[in-house]
Amino acid sequence: MQTFSRDRLYEILGTVPDPEVPVISVVELGIVRDASQRDDGTVDVTITPTYSGCPAMFEIERDVVAALTAAGAPRVEVKTVLSPAWTTDWIPEPAREKLRKYGIAPPGPANDGGLVALVRAKPPVQCPWCGSRNTTLKSEFGSTACKAIHVCNDCSQPFDEFKAI
Amino acid sequence: MAAHQEEEGGIAAGEAKAGVGVVAGARGPTLGAPLVEYLLRLGDDRLILGHRMSEWTGHGPILEEDIATANIALDLIGQASQLLKLAGETEGKGRDENALAYFRDGTQFRNCLLVELPKGDFGDTMVRQFLFDAHSVLLLDELTKCGHAELAAIAAKAIKEDKYHLRHSGEWVVRLGDGTAESHARVQASLDRLWKYTGELFVSDEIDRAVAAAGITIDLAGIKSRWDAIVNDVLARATLTRPADGPMQQGGRRGRHTEHIGHLLATMQSVARAHPGATW
Repeated sequence: MQTFSRDRLYEILGTVPDPEVPVISVVELGIVRDASQRDDGTVDVTITPTYSGCPAMFEIERDVVAALTAAGAPRVEVKTVLSPAWTTDWIPEPAREKLRKYGIAPPGPANDGGLVALVRAKPPVQCPWCGSRNTTLKSEFGSTACKAIHVCNDCSQPFDEFKAI
Repeated sequence: MAAHQEEEGGIAAGEAKAGVGVVAGARGPTLGAPLVEYLLRLGDDRLILGHRMSEWTGHGPILEEDIATANIALDLIGQASQLLKLAGETEGKGRDENALAYFRDGTQFRNCLLVELPKGDFGDTMVRQFLFDAHSVLLLDELTKCGHAELAAIAAKAIKEDKYHLRHSGEWVVRLGDGTAESHARVQASLDRLWKYTGELFVSDEIDRAVAAAGITIDLAGIKSRWDAIVNDVLARATLTRPADGPMQQGGRRGRHTEHIGHLLATMQSVARAHPGATW
């Protein structure tokens, strides 16, 4: 029976791209919360959704099973947990740099200053293309649940921002 | 609004009281029927409002709002899915979230009347969403601290989304209210029309009292005063006049709905009922 250390499992899972932001992996995104192998060889993976209605969860589960099965895991069981609630603060700096290069402004700190923030108090988001901070928020809802739409007033490029939650 | 007669499947006050009692299950101490009812109320509010929001998909006034309304619908339906799943598991009769969403009839839905009203124009939709979001953020904040671990986890996830929803709907109420004479008059009319449906958000009954045994004790009076503060602040900035509190419409929590629920369900449930058990 093939045995997998926790590090090896994370290494394999690190090859599974997020279906909606394929430049980073499901590990880098913080979706994978745990991975371990039982005595009988079964690999358990715990994942958490980014948003309550994230439509990519089924695909992520399928991709996780496929990657581990291809690496030799006899059985894979994927469990979804909600707590602790996913936060963009779990995305490490190297992954943020990948997002930037991909044209997505990485998320700022998730603490948004209170329960009822009727006015977005954050400073303008830095353009991932030209680095300018002279940008305008167009909509807090973008191409996927996790992104907002901005436009750069200097290079005139529209761009996505990974919303901080 | 003609409210339906309570039919078989609707819960009567006596039945609900009879169901009170702590039972120790595999999931820890949980309540029977009242907790299921409570979770259905939370889940159905978000399912029905999510469906109403989804009606804007492809019909938004501008592209950004088409995308925003679709995203908000997705969040709400995702939250509903988790709440209804928990309701089904708590009930223990084998009904999952899809069975609860697609195979109950109107009188078995427990959403408040506010969320089932037709989407109307964009102003109607944003005023309704704002009135709901302000309540939802405050309620979810309370639920994150409640003694029911699974419900608290769902709330902790959902509140992050609803804070975005509230900012979005609040901004639109200000933009439309403090906009042109036409937009001002129309959202004032929306507010006047919808106001009588807000009272139901703050009604506390024997179900609310019974779920205290599951650790769910919500300070509704506290939520109401904070809701008033948010609403007053946004309406003042929107130059809108807060309507006087008159008689309030209610009934959805007990399955007595407006005529709109049947039309909504006919659309929402048609595919699932035409192809029961279908997967893709």
